[in-house]
Amino acid sequence: MRRVAILALALAVAAPLAMPVLGQDSLPPAPYAYTELPDPAQEAQALHLMQTIRCLTCQSQSVADSDAQMAGDMRHLIRTRIAAGETPDQVRDWLVERYGDYISYEPTVSAITWPLFAGPVVLVLLGAVILYGRLGRRRRQAGEGGQ
Amino acid sequence: MNRLRLFLWGLVAACLALFGLFAYQLSQPKDEFIQSAMVGKTIPQFDLRPAIEGLPGLSSADLADGRPKLVNVFASWCIPCRVEAPQLDALQRGGAEIVAIAIRDRPEDLAQFFATYGNPFSAVGADDVSAVQLSIGSSGVPETFVVDGQGVIRYQHIGEIRPEHVPLLQAKLQEAGA
Repeated sequence: MRRVAILALALAVAAPLAMPVLGQDSLPPAPYAYTELPDPAQEAQALHLMQTIRCLTCQSQSVADSDAQMAGDMRHLIRTRIAAGETPDQVRDWLVERYGDYISYEPTVSAITWPLFAGPVVLVLLGAVILYGRLGRRRRQAGEGGQ
Repeated sequence: MNRLRLFLWGLVAACLALFGLFAYQLSQPKDEFIQSAMVGKTIPQFDLRPAIEGLPGLSSADLADGRPKLVNVFASWCIPCRVEAPQLDALQRGGAEIVAIAIRDRPEDLAQFFATYGNPFSAVGADDVSAVQLSIGSSGVPETFVVDGQGVIRYQHIGEIRPEHVPLLQAKLQEAGA
């Protein structure tokens, strides 16, 4: 009797786990979501591109890193387009045309982002100028003191 | 000396301005939506087979037949899509022509979805690898596009349509020439 009760309890606990996960589709992944291209050179190109394209549903992962359905479909899209002879830049441009710069998971220099790249260079140069000025003054003062 | 003092005050002002900017941006609600850059452009060519028996599939040619339409990107497995079902029904009863792109879906699941939540669509195309969804710059389900009679995307609504969104979508359809 007790054994039956335990079995019933175990079933009650396990039953919800057997239900399909809600909010997930039940189709198999796209053909090239998890399958590499037969040509290693093309696969390398595709993989490099995938690492620089942002997953739309996870947002802080590249499509190469994500197991989201949509990321799988995006890997399929990238691989099939590369296999069809498009260059990675063409595929990237195609995606940017649809999603804007958001889709790029690689920082790019643009009209808005250039200060991020120029800023550090300007600061280092400014530091060098100030340092040069200070050291020069100290040297002059030391020279005057020596006279 | 005066110039140095001015310079230092300038630095303080610059820092305050920067922190002010941070405070302002942090207090703004985060925009989680990724807008399609395809709004204003012609919908790319596609031809999707019917997603369910008894209803036609969907092609880009269907969207350039002179009549503006709502294109609902949805899936039977998508939970917010259930929430917007009454609003789609209201739009359809109000005279809107609504077609759909079903993302990664199975006919039997769709049949069950329509049996439970109703079917406001005159055509449903099956997009099994999200190809059309990606080509129109849609980043999830549900999304609803207003497409004019020439097949130009005029407006994108991201997320489920809530009751307060219905008049806006009707107005956008009107603008598109309905």
